Amino acid sequence: MSEEVEMDQALYEQLLAEGKSERIARAKAKAAAVRAAKAASGEATGPRPAGDGEPAPANGDGGAAAPAAAKAPVAVGARAGGGGALTPEERQARVAAALAAKGGNGGVKTETRLAGQEHTHRLLAMVPPTGIQQIRGKQEDKVYTFPHLITAEFVALLAMTVVLVVWSATIPAPLLDLANPNVTPNPSKAPWYFMGLQELLRYFHPMIAGVTVPTVGIIVGMMLPYIDKNPSVKPENRKTAYTLFTIALIFNAVLVIVGSFMRGPGFNWVWPWVDGMWFGL
Amino acid sequence: MSKLPSPDAMKAKLQDNVVVKSIFRPGSIYRKGYRDTSRDRALAAMNNVLYHLHPVKVKRHGLKLTYTYCLGGLSFFLFIMLTITGIFLMFFYRPTAGAGAELAYLDMQNLRQVVTFGDLVRNMHRWAAHLMVFSVFLHMARVFYHGAYKPPREFNWVVGIILLVLTLLLSFTGYLLPWDQLAMWAVAVGTSMAGFTPVFGQQVQFVLLGGVVIGPETLIRWYVLHVLMLPFVLTIFLAVHFWRIRKDGGISGPL
Repeated sequence: MSEEVEMDQALYEQLLAEGKSERIARAKAKAAAVRAAKAASGEATGPRPAGDGEPAPANGDGGAAAPAAAKAPVAVGARAGGGGALTPEERQARVAAALAAKGGNGGVKTETRLAGQEHTHRLLAMVPPTGIQQIRGKQEDKVYTFPHLITAEFVALLAMTVVLVVWSATIPAPLLDLANPNVTPNPSKAPWYFMGLQELLRYFHPMIAGVTVPTVGIIVGMMLPYIDKNPSVKPENRKTAYTLFTIALIFNAVLVIVGSFMRGPGFNWVWPWVDGMWFGL
Repeated sequence: MSKLPSPDAMKAKLQDNVVVKSIFRPGSIYRKGYRDTSRDRALAAMNNVLYHLHPVKVKRHGLKLTYTYCLGGLSFFLFIMLTITGIFLMFFYRPTAGAGAELAYLDMQNLRQVVTFGDLVRNMHRWAAHLMVFSVFLHMARVFYHGAYKPPREFNWVVGIILLVLTLLLSFTGYLLPWDQLAMWAVAVGTSMAGFTPVFGQQVQFVLLGGVVIGPETLIRWYVLHVLMLPFVLTIFLAVHFWRIRKDGGISGPL
């Protein structure tokens, strides 16, 4: 989708005759046409002046601007012996000089220049001015991973280890009798995270409760970011999403709790504090 | 008695040799000359194997305990704990059942009564498994309530759902291995539901059980799934999950 640019046809043919490649000849011919058009309308070409107020030569010779930039009175004498670390005073003086140069050029807008970067314009002279992009990273409130995050993670890890070891040392994991396909415990219960589905079995055909519901659940779960097009992450803008998800969570939790604790022999309703519990982890 | 060098001098001397320098890359906190400066803090992350996991800097709000409750990290840590305790259990467990060869159940009894620390490690494995299922659930809820699945993080949510399913499968396959009544009948309930899959329900159940009923073939099948295949698949998806967290711009938010 390149914009059509006029081309200096004579130059193009001349360059081709000189044996230049088609691509280079076309580029140079287009550049010549652009320069000619700008010269005709009185626009300046080439790099902009280096902040010293001197008008840029309008002849398109980029190299001519560079010596002017090098001579710019920015940060004169602020360089500490040609390199090495600067003392805070030196750095301050350099910044002050750069700011003075930036502010004191009679309203002519110049490129932002960092302290001590006399060479910026000499380098930029090789790049067409319109080709320069200013990239400004967004400043975020960040901290170093080490030690801040690593320490927090390590503490969490230790706490979890303590919880797990104490829990495991005090509460034994169940081990019932040897598996016997001829003796069916009453009731037989799935692991707790599947108890919601088993509870649904009371109300629906197994194909619904055991296959359709979990399959649809997984698929809808995966599609959720593509269904919820609301770009906001603020709770006050997401009332529908919050409501639906919370209902789903509570529904699942109720099913799991009922199935785990309120179901006894024959998978009939029991109150765990009256009839006892039929629940294994 | 000659005067001992100061602890700092001893530490510097210990650190200043080719072996230590070869192990710890420049910037490591264990190398000589680490200072608590911005430069060394950045290097400590950048020149560390943790750089695969964490960037040099993280958003400050993400450090708050009440933002993540460490749920994702704890799920991962529980997976590590389960791997370690699981490897220990593998030394003492044979997935064999059937008349006259009830080795699986026998090994479970030996783990509880004979093997040093066997009971503790088995308890840890079992409770950590339940905890991991729970923490993955909570992690999912946390991510939902923070809207952390919104662009550009949609796909990482999908990976997260896959990880949740894999976690459930890992827990469920492990449930059978003690080969006691609890295990057998919990699995019987679960797999009989899979038999109601439309069209090819019987085939699904046959593949799951390695037969028409739960038996020794089911045990060896679920054992291999539990100790090898599912952890392998889970690890791959974990790698993608963690990688996408960084590529999608780190922790979500702030709200």
